[in-house]
Amino acid sequence: MTSRPRQIHLAAHFPGVNNTTVWTVPTTTPGRGASRAPALGSQIDFSSFEHLARTAERGLFDFFFLAEGLRLREHNGRIHDLDVVGRPESITVLNALAAVTERLGLAATVNATFNEPYELARRFASLDHLSGGRAAWNVVTSSDAFTGENFRRGGFLDRADRYTRAAEFLATARELWDSWTPDGTPRPFAHSGDHFTIGGEFGVPRSPQGHPVVIQAGDSDEGREFAASTADIIFTRHGALEAGRAFYADVKRRLARYGRAPEELKIMPGVTLVLGDTPAEARERAAEIRRQQVSPQTAILTLEQIWGVDLSGYDPDGPLPDIDPDPGSQLAQGRVRHGDPLAVAAKWRALSEEKGLSIRQTVIEATGRQSFVGTPEAVAAEMAEFVAADAADGFILVPHLTPGGLDDFVDRVVPLLQERGVFRTAYTGPTLRDHLGLRRPGEGS
Amino acid sequence: MAVPTGTLHLAAAIDGDGQYQAPYYVELARLAEDGVLDFITLDDSFGPPGPGRGRLDALAVLARVAPATGRIGLVPTVTTTHTEPFHLSSSVATLDWVSRGRAGWRIEVSTTEAEARLVGRRPAAPTGELWAEAGEVADVVARLWDSWEDDAEIRDTATGRFIDRDKLHYVDFEGAHFTVRGPAIVPRPPQGHPVVAVAATDPVTWPTVARHADVAYIRATSPGEAGRIRDELRRRALAYGREPGALTVLAAVSVDLADGEGAPGNSPATGGAPQDPLTDTPGGPPLYRGGPVELAELITGWHTADAVDGFHITPVAPRHDLERFVNGTVALLQHRGLFRTFYPGATLRDHLGLSRPANRYALEREAVR
Repeated sequence: MTSRPRQIHLAAHFPGVNNTTVWTVPTTTPGRGASRAPALGSQIDFSSFEHLARTAERGLFDFFFLAEGLRLREHNGRIHDLDVVGRPESITVLNALAAVTERLGLAATVNATFNEPYELARRFASLDHLSGGRAAWNVVTSSDAFTGENFRRGGFLDRADRYTRAAEFLATARELWDSWTPDGTPRPFAHSGDHFTIGGEFGVPRSPQGHPVVIQAGDSDEGREFAASTADIIFTRHGALEAGRAFYADVKRRLARYGRAPEELKIMPGVTLVLGDTPAEARERAAEIRRQQVSPQTAILTLEQIWGVDLSGYDPDGPLPDIDPDPGSQLAQGRVRHGDPLAVAAKWRALSEEKGLSIRQTVIEATGRQSFVGTPEAVAAEMAEFVAADAADGFILVPHLTPGGLDDFVDRVVPLLQERGVFRTAYTGPTLRDHLGLRRPGEGS
Repeated sequence: MAVPTGTLHLAAAIDGDGQYQAPYYVELARLAEDGVLDFITLDDSFGPPGPGRGRLDALAVLARVAPATGRIGLVPTVTTTHTEPFHLSSSVATLDWVSRGRAGWRIEVSTTEAEARLVGRRPAAPTGELWAEAGEVADVVARLWDSWEDDAEIRDTATGRFIDRDKLHYVDFEGAHFTVRGPAIVPRPPQGHPVVAVAATDPVTWPTVARHADVAYIRATSPGEAGRIRDELRRRALAYGREPGALTVLAAVSVDLADGEGAPGNSPATGGAPQDPLTDTPGGPPLYRGGPVELAELITGWHTADAVDGFHITPVAPRHDLERFVNGTVALLQHRGLFRTFYPGATLRDHLGLSRPANRYALEREAVR
């Protein structure tokens, strides 16, 4: 008898407010693809959230995931206007989604810098009660004064303080969640630390999961350590096989230091996918999506984010600028930065020269985010291989269309994963911890 | 019988001590919706409601109720003292989005030292100061709702622009207690401004009521007293340049219909004379104890006297008393033609007869054009 193959965990990410999310009508429309393309829906109407959540539940996904924004992005001193923008507040949407789903986990990203432990612990405990044990919290931090301008606490934290605050925040929230006895009696709590000195009684009884599932999305050394010490899921960017294996090994190795077993932390990269009836059709569609994601205006703006200067005079179909980036520029605000601008510019120039690419083609090529492109059979095989090879425990799927972006995946790929024996054919328990195979805190493993 | 001039408005609290699961609240909300009530309310406080007791986040509960109901307004209590105005604005706007235009919020402050210790950032403050701050919160929240014009989203493929950023606005609010830059993250909610309610039982709240409230609950045991308070609140609202009809004043009444069809005041515990069906209770709304028919008489009498715009009732035993209220009292009021039998509108503002407010920033932009 062969052992059961490693099981894949799946999550659905509601399309974000960046250029991964396509909102324009295709400019080139290969016949069949266009006729099957889901309508471009609202990023704010509840019906869009309901559609994607119901799709995910139909596909027996582990959870549904919402990102967070606390300040609209700016570019060159003005509000960024090229991407989808505007979204509802996550926890409130998830409470509403609890009414139209029954088993699907419900994960909200909420910042630990611009909130307080008591209030947030209360909100997540309420979500866990109202959803019957399906709540998850993606803990993020912020260090920018730009976002702080929207909050009474204002200010910001040093980069180094972000994780110490987040760690103390989470530890405090767990003290509150643990403060009621299982039989329903509140016990007073008192917490005294560097960031919080609070005490009293917590106002919500212990929730069905004990503690909502905790997700961590940082990629830095501190982020990995924080996840290893205390998170249930880590949301990574490592969607390529070799990088994924290295990351997986590194993070799982860190768990022992905290007395935790490897299966107590699930590693789930955020991935995109493009399906086609043939490999060629999938590739063609993927290229079309990339062109939609990188409009001529987006190409110039992406370049400006790296160069840090106004490049509006450049032709998106022409060559890259020969001037050097301004590394100290504050041109782009409210956006996560990756890498050193001078190094990125050098890399992009080399790419452009080697392949003879225009500005727009270079941006399309260099910022590609398509993880799985192929027929349903090929994508299912690749995903299964990814997990079997210890590169991930599953995936957070990031569709490029709202709200129908996972319809095809659920209809065509999920059955193939089930046939391979790597994905559930029914939910086995009511809570998100059940789906993930995580024990309730305070219970033996 | 004299014909009342205004529409009668009815709202009900669906609080449940020790209720932590959604079905309880959904059941009561649907019951209230069967009665075509304007809205339901759910109370909240920053800290626990009392020693050894708990409660869920009220806005969360009503978000859970929203998809399970279709027309009824949803008004949770939301506290302003230890919370972030920016988050609060986003949450109430989102309740409006998920309910497709049925959200409101009741402003409340947190006065106790015990609540201050749950956050550890500031000591307890005098009630007057907290209400002044709550007024600032209501102000900035409404500005954030206006920070997106309704037609800001353009999806213009030709220029690659998703939004017209000239129609997004910084609020740049600077109050005595906090500053907020803006714009909001959440686009302008379906109602423009979700409905603002205040329990105006303490005059310390009246400046905030006069400036910001769409709905006020008052405490009175006679139509004469109620009429005087409503006149005072409307006079104050007028002083802020608001229209008199912009403020809906509801009498708050606790309702105990346990005695069935019996005459009002016949319970030994009431202590009131039969002709005086409302018992003043310290700290809470006056208590009505009696039958549903007599309650309909009381509502008819106050409404005919044009003392209030309606009632906010708090059922003492929600499952029992709300059922009797809807199937007894409301049914009779409907039979007499005093209360609606269906929802002619879709939003809470529709139910209350409030127009969708103009966007202040759009008006400013038009003015300078």
